[in-house]
Order: sequence, then structure tokens, then C-alpha cells
Amino acid sequence: MSLTEAPPAPPSQPEEPQRPKLRKPSTRKRLVPYWLLLPGILWLLVFFALPLVYQASTSVQTGSLEQGFEVTWHFQTYVDALRDYYPQFIRSLLYAGTATILCLLLGYPLAYLIAFKAGRWRNLVLVLVIAPFFTSFLIRTLAWKTILADGGAVVDVLNTLHVLDVTSWLGWTESNRVLATPMAVVCGLTYNFLPFMILPLYTSLERIDGRLHEAAGDLYATPATTFRKVTLPLSMPGVVSGTLLTFIPASGDYVNAELLGSTDTKMVGSVIQSQFLRVLDYPTAAALSFILMAVVLLAVTFYIRRSGTEDLV
Amino acid sequence: MTQQQQTAGGDVRLAGISKTYGSFTAVQPLDLTVPQGSFFALLGASGCGKTTTLRMIAGLEEATTGTVFLGGKDITDLPPYKRPVNTVFQSYALFPHLDITENVAFGLRRRGIKSVKKQVDDMLELVQLGDFAHRKPHQLSGGQQQRVAVARALINHPQVLLLDEPLGALDLKLRRQMQLELKRIQTEVGITFVHVTHDQEEAMTMADTVAVMNGGRVEQLGAPADLYENPRTTFVANFLGTSNLIEGEIVSTGGDLVVAAGGGKLTLPRERCSAPTTSGGRLLLGIRPEKISLAHADDADDIAAGRNRVTGRITDSSFIGVSTQYVVESPAGTALQVYEQNIERDTRLLPGAEVVLHWNPAHTFGLDAAQDIDAGATSVEDAE
Repeated sequence: MSLTEAPPAPPSQPEEPQRPKLRKPSTRKRLVPYWLLLPGILWLLVFFALPLVYQASTSVQTGSLEQGFEVTWHFQTYVDALRDYYPQFIRSLLYAGTATILCLLLGYPLAYLIAFKAGRWRNLVLVLVIAPFFTSFLIRTLAWKTILADGGAVVDVLNTLHVLDVTSWLGWTESNRVLATPMAVVCGLTYNFLPFMILPLYTSLERIDGRLHEAAGDLYATPATTFRKVTLPLSMPGVVSGTLLTFIPASGDYVNAELLGSTDTKMVGSVIQSQFLRVLDYPTAAALSFILMAVVLLAVTFYIRRSGTEDLV
Repeated sequence: MTQQQQTAGGDVRLAGISKTYGSFTAVQPLDLTVPQGSFFALLGASGCGKTTTLRMIAGLEEATTGTVFLGGKDITDLPPYKRPVNTVFQSYALFPHLDITENVAFGLRRRGIKSVKKQVDDMLELVQLGDFAHRKPHQLSGGQQQRVAVARALINHPQVLLLDEPLGALDLKLRRQMQLELKRIQTEVGITFVHVTHDQEEAMTMADTVAVMNGGRVEQLGAPADLYENPRTTFVANFLGTSNLIEGEIVSTGGDLVVAAGGGKLTLPRERCSAPTTSGGRLLLGIRPEKISLAHADDADDIAAGRNRVTGRITDSSFIGVSTQYVVESPAGTALQVYEQNIERDTRLLPGAEVVLHWNPAHTFGLDAAQDIDAGATSVEDAE
């Protein structure tokens, strides 16, 4: 039956043209995403945004605990804080950076092993990587105090091997001591943040198709070249997120510096903590927090720009 | 790049090669020679050992026993990156972080060749992808990715190109197109192609020589037409196209063989029988569905003398345009297949009609009756 010869519509049909009705989603359905967002938004508002605003206002206040603090837009606090505590800032970035590089050097081979070679042991090794989280951060760091203690096994071995002579000469340790030196703090940081490096590295390595390795080998790439040209570039998203997850918390950490270091190894986290809780100079503490936040944000932005991982899937 | 430029003796030769994983034997000790410049297909269902065989040539799998020779040179212990062979992988395995140019140039760069642009451009031209040089693999369709994979392997002028089910992920129409494309490229560059596939039609369309593999063994090896016309095992008869296999007893061995089957007598030329022929022995007679003519029982007297005849009744018929496929029940077999070209359709040939199947005895082949009559008959379309 062709269109031109179509018979007139039977009278029983409605006069309305047969247009498919566009059904509007009901109001309730449209609101669902917002309802799901609400708890998270509220949480962030109460526990992140409000304290941040409060801290920002504290940082430009003047006064004392006895007389009360008042907003006087005193930005000089920032200048003074930076002038007084820049060594601790530099130290923080240096320690956190060193710990991040150490984490990467230790974590990458391990993550590679779990992703490609562990076979049926994969899950067990992954559990072992996360196992330290079953104990508190503080207790683990305290344990390192014992491990690195003067006259302990680690120090003895390093002494016998004359490693401490070298590290002391470099300024990382002090005459036969490891505890209360920069090396102890960096070791503690490395240990504590290693899982944060391994897990993202593992995730991005595990996603690499094993056949790409075969293809590279088939195309005349030696195993080393395959790693350099295929595996490493494809794991860059993991490297970037791993280093960020390690560097950011490490640069603000104070537990390791407090427990494993000395007054000479104070990091900016320790300074902020003591300004808040001991000196009770809230404006300086708040200003230091903001400076730290700005420095880390800048460093991270620069790093992400440079590593150019945006177009990596 | 052409066949003439390569020195002779570039054959791939496998000598007693086998592969076992624990107690499982993937490939039985195998001897195989792939002549230089040929298009060779390894055909079989999934798990028959064809991919493992290919991977042993590529060096991606270590052979448990045996030797791989390439042009007379023992390459068994060479790692893949030292073998002058390249592979087109089943899933293409293109490098997602590199653009098409760099994917194709990968092999050249690894061999320290600096000026790759001209070669890459030529190669992309050959596979008709000149405009896509700067795209990333994920921006290409399946067929285009497949051609990049071919270009990436071919640019290295390997002595042998290995193709591991390269068309498996493509839809039917594209697959047919790529089959012709690959055949064209092979003729153009003259490199030896070893092609692994489970698609018998693909193997027959493309290859000069097909090796049918089953259970880690090569069942039969030969030119496609030869394999199709003269299968030597029931597996090959059923796996390559469709065969009607009729079991019978040899009653006469003087001149042509005469076999009693299904209440009648069928003859076949002695040279077309691959089984021992002693009078009184059992034999499987094979006949391809398209070689059979179908006549209504009323016209049985018009059939020329000297033709093999089987009487039966149509149980099913399906019209597929170019031909009609009938299923016929008869004393000789419960489901004989007959393909009739739709030239002059006999309207009486409907399900239920009594018919006589007849064919030229020369088209009959004989197989050893000791084999499983249904071997290779199960569908492999969905395999892998």
C-alpha cells in the first residue's frame, strides 16, 4: 500500500495527529541527583568550608588570648610568619619531596611486581601493602623510634657498614645516631606514605594490557625499551596521583618530625601545631596554614602541567 | 620489498615442535613447512593449538620440544625482539599513548632508523589511512585499527607476517572487505603470511595453503579446493563446509568401489577413498550437499543411469535466495543436506514429498568408518 493511496483514517481514531508524546521526567525523578548530593555537600560545608573561612578570618586578626582577638586586616602576620619560619617551610618541602621520590623508587617495582608477576599471590601482597593501616599511624611511628634507637640493630648494622659515616658527612645523620636526624624523619615519612604511592601505581599498571608488552617485544623493543616506551608512559597517571597522594600529606605532616626528629628537623606542620596549641598565637598559626596550602597548590599545579598527563585516557 | 628481491630459502619450518602446559598438551609434536611468499592459514576451532603454534613462531611462547627454523636458521631460542617476524595481534594491541604515525614507526625506531616519515607515509598509503596519521588509536574504528596493526607490522619488512585472528573483532561485511584487502597487500608485498583463524570460509578465501588443526594436531594440509574436495578425515569433511556422511559396507572392489548403504548400492572411484578397501569392510561415503540433485519420486525414471541414488523424504526446506537448502530423511541417513540452485524450482519439493537424491559417483569420497562421524560438525561461529 503506497502513501498516496492511503485510505481515510477510520472515524474511531482521535483527531490529534499521532505524535509521540514527550514525557517530562517527573519532578521527583529530576530532584534525585540533588538529594544524593546533599549529604556530601552539607558535610563539606560544615566541616571544610566553614572552618576554612573561620581560619582565614583568624589569620588577619590581632590581639591576645586574654584580651580576645579582633579582625584588623593585619596582613603583616603573613609576612612575619614567612620571615620567621621560612627554614621550616623549605625543610618541609625538601623532606616531603625526598620521601616522595623514595616512595616512588620503592613503590614502583613493588607495584609492577604485584600487577604483572604476582599471579595468584596478587591479593595477598595487596593485603600486606594495606596491612599497616590496621595499626594506628601514631603507634607505627613510635615503633620506628625503637627501630632506629641508639644502639639498636639498625644503627649497629649501618655503623658496621660505615654507612653512617657517609650519611653523617652528608648531614643526614649525626655521629652514630639515626634518631633525631633528618634521615629518621624522611624514613618515617617514606614508610608512612608508601601505601599511598603503591595503590595508585598498582591501579594504573594493572590496567595496562599485557599484550602491549608482547607487541612491543614483537616490534624489536628489548624488555628495557618496552618499559621505557610503553609501560612507563602508560603508568604516568598512577605516578602523578601517587606522588600527589604522598607529597601533599607528607608536606603538612608533623608526627614524624615530632617523634623521630629533633628541634633541628622541625617541619612547618610542627610549627603550626605548636603555634596553635602551645604558643596560642592563633593568627600566626592560621597564616602559616594558608601559606602552606598556597605553596602546595602552586607546586601541584606546576607539577600536573609539566607531567602533561591530561590526554592519557 | 617484492618477492623477487628476497633470497630463496625463507621458508618457515617447524620440526617436532610441541607445547605442553603442565599436564595439558596444547600442541602435539608437529612438523610443518610454510613456503616463502605463501599465504598460509592455520584453521581450527578454539583450543586446537593454532594460536599457540603461531606464538611459538613469533617467540611469544617457548616451545616445549622441537625447533623453529626460519630460512634454514634455528631461531628457537631467540627472544621475540630478535626475530625477523612481526605479528598482527587479535586485539591489535596498538599503543594507546602514541598516535598512528608513532605506532607504525615503533619498529623502525627500535632498530635505530631515524628518518621514518617517508616509510610511514608510504605504509599508511598502502593501508589507505593517509589522513589519520595524527589520530590516536581510540579515535579510529575497528577496521581502521586493524589496518594500522597490519601497517605497524609490515613496515618492518618481516620475513614472515603472523596474523592472529586479525579479523575476529570485525562485523561480517567489514571482515569480507578486509579479507580481500589483506590478500591484495600480501600479493603486493610478497611476504609470507601465516594466518590463524577459526573461520573456514576466511581461510579458504585468503590462503594458498590451509592446515586444518584439531586437538593440537594438523589433520590435513593442502590447497583450499583440494581440502574441500578430498577431505581425508571426518573432521575435515565436517569442519570445512558441510558433508553428508553415509555409512556402508564394501561389497565389491573390482573397478570402482561398490558400497551397500541404506538398502541401495552406491559407487565411488577407488582413488577417492582414503580408507583401506577390503571387501566386507565398513566405509563412510561423503558427498557435498551442492553436488546432489533432487528429483521428485514421480520423476525417478528420468534419472540418468550410472548415477548414485538415495530415496528419501523431505523433512525441512529453507529458501535462502541463491539456493534452497533441503533436509532429507532416508534409510542412508536421517538428515542429509541438499543445496539446490534456484534456477527452475520444482514446486512439488515441499516438506513431506518423496524424493530421490542422485549424484555423479565421481563426486563421492570415502573415509575410514572407524572415526567419529560427527567430528568437527559442531558450530564454531561463536568460538573465541
